[in-house]
Amino acid sequence: MNALPFLVVVWLLVVGLYGIATCRNSIYLVSALFVAQSSGYLLLLSVGYVNNGTAPITGDIPGTRIMVDPVVQALTLTDIVVGATVSALLLALALQRHKRSGTLDPKSEPPMRG
Amino acid sequence: MNTPPLPVVLPLFMAALLAALEQLRSRRRVLDVLSLLTALAVVVFDLLLLERSLAATLVYWFGDWSLMRGFPVGIAFVIDPAAALLALLASLLTVAALLFSWHHFHAVRTYYHTLMLLFLASLQGFALTGDLFNMFVFFELMGVAAYALTGYKIEESGPLEGGLNFAVMNSLGGLMVLLGIGLLYAKTGGLNLAWIGAALHGKPVTAPVGVAFMLLSVGFLVKGAVFPFHFWLPDAHSVAPTPASVLFSGIMVQLGLYAVARIYWVVFSDVLAQAPVQSAFLGIGIVTLLAGGAMACLQRHLKRLLAYSTVSHSGLILAGFALHERQALEGTLLYIFGHGLIKGGLFIATGILVYHFRSVDEKQLHGKCRRLKITGVLFLLAGLALAGLPPFGTWAGKGIIEESARGLGYGWLVPFFALGSVLTGGAVLRAGGGIFFGLGHLDPFSSSAPASGEEGAEAEKSRGPTPVIMILPMALLLLSSLGVGLLPQGQQVAALAAARFVDRDGYRHVVLAGERRMTPPLSRVARPGLGGGLIAAAGAVALATLFLAPGPLHGRATKRIKSIVRGPVVLLRRVHSGYIGDYVVWFTVGTAALTLLALLSW
Repeated sequence: MNALPFLVVVWLLVVGLYGIATCRNSIYLVSALFVAQSSGYLLLLSVGYVNNGTAPITGDIPGTRIMVDPVVQALTLTDIVVGATVSALLLALALQRHKRSGTLDPKSEPPMRG
Repeated sequence: MNTPPLPVVLPLFMAALLAALEQLRSRRRVLDVLSLLTALAVVVFDLLLLERSLAATLVYWFGDWSLMRGFPVGIAFVIDPAAALLALLASLLTVAALLFSWHHFHAVRTYYHTLMLLFLASLQGFALTGDLFNMFVFFELMGVAAYALTGYKIEESGPLEGGLNFAVMNSLGGLMVLLGIGLLYAKTGGLNLAWIGAALHGKPVTAPVGVAFMLLSVGFLVKGAVFPFHFWLPDAHSVAPTPASVLFSGIMVQLGLYAVARIYWVVFSDVLAQAPVQSAFLGIGIVTLLAGGAMACLQRHLKRLLAYSTVSHSGLILAGFALHERQALEGTLLYIFGHGLIKGGLFIATGILVYHFRSVDEKQLHGKCRRLKITGVLFLLAGLALAGLPPFGTWAGKGIIEESARGLGYGWLVPFFALGSVLTGGAVLRAGGGIFFGLGHLDPFSSSAPASGEEGAEAEKSRGPTPVIMILPMALLLLSSLGVGLLPQGQQVAALAAARFVDRDGYRHVVLAGERRMTPPLSRVARPGLGGGLIAAAGAVALATLFLAPGPLHGRATKRIKSIVRGPVVLLRRVHSGYIGDYVVWFTVGTAALTLLALLSW
């Protein structure tokens, strides 16, 4: 199996985590989270990929063609939907905070300490 | 009638229906009654499921897509008594929370009830499912409903921040679960827990399998709020509306830990060596237990105090699961049940304080609540129960875990368990004694700034006596917890649930071959001794007295004691910094450490 997709998975995850850990802007934070989440999609897709496989739409192709795994594609789609929901919710929270305090910086307000 | 999917389907359907009622004028009571009836119906379904699962584990294939040549092509609910018990706890707590919200909200929009029912549906699905990806989907649904509930008071800064931290950390947890699922799917080609376990059985262990287990564990441990993944919990639980906090602390966190135990037992227990998992999780559990207990003592924001006590108890529950033995599991299940009911009651008490005084700050409320006699007495009783006073459910559960730990040669765990109970119970008793009975002085250590949550304009200004419908759920929850510990039936059900839970081959068999195997009847049901519980409760009272009485903490020696404890206290406070960036660093370090452990040991 090709190692390249797995290296990219780890790279995306690390970059995303770094972005969340260091960012000073809530919108960036949500974007960094989405970058991290895309590592999950890539892992699933590369797990189910078959060399020279076609899209798993069985109606149109002759039965002899090799398909990629449709299950992981369904999983990825499900997770994209979940990720989009969470991002929308997070962006709404970030915007609301901007409206209240005029800042997007997660470190600007004194946190709930202790 | 086909009961298995109903606890999920009915609340989902009703949630959609309630959302459509937004246009209705004077809809408030309609919403309350409909959602309450739905939750009650779910309780009935769960009771039916529990009764049927006691006879034999139920397997329900959605759309009748079951096995094809031995391979599970569909999604299955696998309901054994442990799953049914947790589902029942979730629905009971939801009933209590919805009863309480009758007067809690000044004005309420449709989405509150919609979200509560969505949350209930996801809790049910998560507990009952036997499919890994299905579990992930319910995990995320649970998350999204919970984030939205946390941020319910969107005009305050506390809920915004708490919701944001909660959502980011749990999304990362969800991502870890997804990565774990990807690795396992690559290895086995299946998503059904029983199938994955059977497919891995007997094969040589490779690194991806170990890493997959650790990633799944990390993901669910984020929900389970153990160190170093627990930081989001106090931020979220302390600012969410009280009825939501009841569910968060009472069952959501525990379901995360349950998922780790379930996955380990069904999939990995005959593949991965037990020792590294056991020592890692026992260590994490003890650290969580102590850190949560210490932080609980340092709070003056009452809901935050309770949230940290939940952290402490989830450490105990993780340790109970990590002992990896039938009897310990029985105790842990009992403990989850007993603790969830009591914690729900305590959160409802804070809601009653908000109703009267719009505050949950221990300092502000000190001595002001003397007229709330019943609430005060119940609160103190719940504090004692939290410390494990016999015969509450917490006592029975903890006693059985301790007995099992001694039997396994882990006797050194027992003092830690007792210490955790003393710390959390003592913190609650101190707060209760000060608030409801005006005892003692202000506590010298709990000087951190309270977070603003729902104290604001949620309730109108002080009114007459507490409505019965607010005290009733609290009293009922405490009474149920008493029943769990007192009645031998509770323990028998837990014992049977544990026996079925550890019967890995039986679980795989009933899912993959459709045949039921009888679990051998249990020879004896041991009752834990009274001693440990009484000692822990006495310790909690002593700790509360130490805080409240004009003893060493307030006399001339205050300075010296303060200078001794200042170091650890400052360190603990600094670690719980409240910044999401720091939480993510902790998360990354924890994940890396556990993954490394997996790579080294397998």
